[in-house]
Amino acid sequence: MSLLDEMKGRIKERLPELDVVIGWQRGFDPLHATPLFMRGEEDVDRLVLDPLCVHNLATYLTGLRDKKVGVVVKGCDSRSVIELLQEKLLDRENITVFGFPCEGVVSLKKIAREVDLDLVEDARVEGDTVKVTVDGGEKSFPLAEVAADKCGRCRYHNALLSDEFVGEPVTEPEADEYADVAEFESRPLEERAGHWREAMQRCIRCYACRNACPLCVCRDHCVAHCRDPHWITEQDTVDEKWFFQVIHAMHLAGRCTECGECERACPVGIPLLLLKRKLNKEVEELFDYRAGTKVEATPPLMAFQVEEENINERGW
Amino acid sequence: MMEAKFIPGDKVPAWLAELAKERRTAVPRREGGAVVFRPFDPDQPVPLGRQATTPPKGSVFPQCEPLMVFRYEKDPASPDTSQVRVKETIDETPRLVVGGRPCDARGFATFDRVYDAEDVKDLNYLARREHTAFITMACPRPSSTCFCHWVGSGPADTECSDVLMTPVEGGYVLEPVTETGGELLQSSLLEDAGKRLDEAHAVHKRAAEGLGEAPDLSETPGKLLELFDDMGFWEEVSAKCISCGACTYLCPTCYCFNITDEACGAEGARLRTWDNCMSYQFTMEASGHNPRPTKAHRLKNRVGHKFSYYPTIHGGAIACCGCGRCIKHCPVSVDIREIVLKATAAESAEQE
Ligand code: SF4
Ligand code: SF4
Ligand code: SF4
Ligand code: SF4
Ligand code: SF4
Repeated sequence: MSLLDEMKGRIKERLPELDVVIGWQRGFDPLHATPLFMRGEEDVDRLVLDPLCVHNLATYLTGLRDKKVGVVVKGCDSRSVIELLQEKLLDRENITVFGFPCEGVVSLKKIAREVDLDLVEDARVEGDTVKVTVDGGEKSFPLAEVAADKCGRCRYHNALLSDEFVGEPVTEPEADEYADVAEFESRPLEERAGHWREAMQRCIRCYACRNACPLCVCRDHCVAHCRDPHWITEQDTVDEKWFFQVIHAMHLAGRCTECGECERACPVGIPLLLLKRKLNKEVEELFDYRAGTKVEATPPLMAFQVEEENINERGW
Repeated sequence: MMEAKFIPGDKVPAWLAELAKERRTAVPRREGGAVVFRPFDPDQPVPLGRQATTPPKGSVFPQCEPLMVFRYEKDPASPDTSQVRVKETIDETPRLVVGGRPCDARGFATFDRVYDAEDVKDLNYLARREHTAFITMACPRPSSTCFCHWVGSGPADTECSDVLMTPVEGGYVLEPVTETGGELLQSSLLEDAGKRLDEAHAVHKRAAEGLGEAPDLSETPGKLLELFDDMGFWEEVSAKCISCGACTYLCPTCYCFNITDEACGAEGARLRTWDNCMSYQFTMEASGHNPRPTKAHRLKNRVGHKFSYYPTIHGGAIACCGCGRCIKHCPVSVDIREIVLKATAAESAEQE
């Protein structure tokens, strides 16, 4: 039985006890998947499960806290669920997790560099090849080449938490050493500042980055819109926009599970994940902690210790 | 008599450079993975091939503009009182936008009915609108998300454009639409279009055919109103929406704004900034009551405004130009076409 059929079967089994199960279906073209809210068996028949299922569906969970919700998760998405549970933003008994071994998702931005996404006629994933038909011609891409960058670094391909696990777990690769962050940090300060200034210039302050983030839970009460106190002005200057991104990154330090949704959601392609990874690198170095990997752990910024092991507070 | 012209592809940069001397000229530029409008820069390529990620609406309706600047001044005669000095800021710089699509230009027709109405004139908007010209690129190939033909437009629509530019073999045919458009076509770099005009019209025809048949939306305004209290419907169609607002900020026809006073010490500005109905604060009242508390209420407003309330008060004109950006760039691919069709069909089923 295919992974998809097995998943459909498991969801159908559990559906009667749940209000909704969130998965993916085909979107407006064959390359775009879109979230699917399954309430009846006929909805489950529309489920798809392949590397085009890019969205982190854990984003919806806090908004459905009073419901019995099932959610289909990849490895990285499962970390978001764990982090939310750790922060007591979800109730374990209300969540049913359907996990599967993920071997990477497609970055549509990478595909867009090669073909015109506006003219996609067909798209399929066959083994580890992504086949896209545009304007009558078919192009093949090895999944590894067009997978999201986060997938190349991921060492949690198998959902870390699941009530129903479908498929055979895959072998997890070696540790992520934050090479990308180190490379960026090796550049001159002016160049780094220029990089962000240029990127923030095209930010339209839409806050898709914020709303797509499963851990960004203030939403309707966000500092970006708060009038009293009025932290951020309405100006569309680079400074104001950058200010918000830095706040977002700081609020996500040690909580961000690097799902990359902030970056994927940004309509103007701002590479936000690098910023989040920088803070996660610091958190890992200081607290030996990776967000969303153990349900029973307490995130470091939610814990208090008189003396931190890796922070030399008195030795100078 | 205004005649159609032709410009060879390799002369476009030189022509743009000439135009940019007379008017502040915005053209598409690739930045990151996105295409955005930026001031013309002779050193940067101008990608004219496809619809830009952001529409050029900011050239007429900027994301943020000071409506006026103010300053408190103490009265030396009576130090307890202070006076506020106010200076209006109206921008009449001559501008030009090159490379928007017909839908992008037509978006301004939606604005005009609101900001250039008989009883209310928005002076800041009008000043910009009157001083901005559009050289619009007709679309040779509609995208999978395009549906301009649903809303009475098309890939070669000239509404609100001054010149229609069409890609043909070796360059572009330039058809003047308005008098300003005629003036923009005076350059010695341009040749007479001659037979190429027929070629351009064949491009228009092919593109229109590529869009296929449009559904009948004449019943849609009424049907959306009938669904107004059916929150089950709106909850279902908005379930996957993350209520971000990317759709409205990328929309050439969304024109809602917010006004805030931003002061620092004795000086400040009254700013007008884009607002969007997908945000919780959009209708938040001072009392604390919010008539649109959930994303379902808010998405209902977005679709209802465009396809029902606006057409009802503006002689049937739909407040959507069919550009498809809200579909293409929505992080979760919410498809406004699907919602409109579902609403249109839902009620007919009930009436049968
Ligand atoms: S900040 Fe970005 S990468 Fe981190 S959890 Fe939020 S959406 Fe995911
Ligand atoms: S999603 Fe992108 S454009 Fe929107 S606010 Fe975030 S960084 Fe800015
Ligand atoms: S429809 Fe899409 S772009 Fe618009 S608010 Fe909802 S999620 Fe964001
Ligand atoms: S609603 Fe969507 S399709 Fe219509 S004008 Fe706005 S962005 Fe374009
Ligand atoms: S919606 Fe119509 S006018 Fe706009 S880009 Fe598509 S085909 Fe062109």
